[in-house]
Amino acid sequence: MKLYNGGKIITGLVIFLGLFLTPLAYNAGKAAYSQPKLKMPVNEKECVESKDFMRTKHMQLLNEWRDSALRNGKRVYVNSKGKEFEISLQNTCMKCHTNKAEFCDKCHLDASVTPYCWDCHIQPEGLKK
Amino acid sequence: MNHTRRNFLKFAGLTAAGLCVASAGSVMAAATAATEKASEKALQAKRWAMVIDTKRVGTKETIDVLAKACHAAHNVPDIPGRQNVKWIWAAGFDEAFDQPNNFMDESLEKREFALLCNHCASPSCVRVCPTQATYQRPDGIVAMDYHRCIGCRYCMAACPYGSRSFNFMEPRLHLDLAKLNKEFPTRMRGVVEKCNFCVERLAKGKIPACVEVSQGALVFGDLSDPASEVRKVLREHYTIRRKPALGTEPSVYYII
Ligand code: SF4
Ligand code: SF4
Repeated sequence: MKLYNGGKIITGLVIFLGLFLTPLAYNAGKAAYSQPKLKMPVNEKECVESKDFMRTKHMQLLNEWRDSALRNGKRVYVNSKGKEFEISLQNTCMKCHTNKAEFCDKCHLDASVTPYCWDCHIQPEGLKK
Repeated sequence: MNHTRRNFLKFAGLTAAGLCVASAGSVMAAATAATEKASEKALQAKRWAMVIDTKRVGTKETIDVLAKACHAAHNVPDIPGRQNVKWIWAAGFDEAFDQPNNFMDESLEKREFALLCNHCASPSCVRVCPTQATYQRPDGIVAMDYHRCIGCRYCMAACPYGSRSFNFMEPRLHLDLAKLNKEFPTRMRGVVEKCNFCVERLAKGKIPACVEVSQGALVFGDLSDPASEVRKVLREHYTIRRKPALGTEPSVYYII
């Protein structure tokens, strides 16, 4: 069997593989990703749902909260344990998580996501010019 | 068994279906047994309405008091010029009611009228919004979900009352950031905004901010309830609404 243009193909493959693997090479030897240390609220032990749920699903929950409060006029959230909370980002979430930089931003930066909540909602630290 | 393309496709299809079911299942399982409900404190009505006694709030100054309270409660920016954003403002008889009269009595000629969104029963703004960012709640309030507004301004063209303002620029540049109401959001550049009949206050059992500071000159209540305060005031006074011929059925009444 004969490989036509073998030299070019193999050089090409090697270059492709090299480029493809650069992220691996770049990160080799670095410490594995660890979850950022968040500043937790002092007075409150438990969020509206479990920590695990909040970590993975807070965005879905906020989506539901928005529709529930604005469209259905239902502004009280009864959680899976029967406890009640006001449905409000500024008046519930941010009353406990009083530091956006030390809480929200930490994971969002790591995950490279830029949610636009704060274009309108006022962060607990207040706004500065 | 032969490795035919047919068998391969069958297997691939089954695997894909399995994956779908499994992931859907895990999402379902994660959804908690939580529910949402309205607060017991919330003020409720079948159709919210407002009556404005223009004999008592009939000057720029008195209307300014209402505007200040409203704009402070809702972080409405004060932008000089034509790009101004307003939820409630003052205007003369001609502008308010479209019935110019060249021989009007003096008191009416000089009177100013507090204008705001009429929370119409057949709101033209709602019909044109392509994203349902503006919608009518079951209690008659025409509300907005700013998350959804794409800034097309159809609603502004459709509203015959000029009740809506567009954020041509970043509103936060024109707000006193030290005096923000931290319980309410601001808006961002590129969305439309207007009076919301203080839904966020009603939900907590409070009457609208302008009504609260009006010393009784503004009355707020349920239009569908014959025993309500608004209906009582409407029975006792001569009132008019803005541009009734257009058929939007405003819920804001003016005592003349
Ligand atoms: S006054 Fe204008 S913005 Fe308000 S409900 Fe009526 S049509 Fe819509
Ligand atoms: S500007 Fe916003 S609220 Fe108005 S019609 Fe367009 S999307 Fe709807």
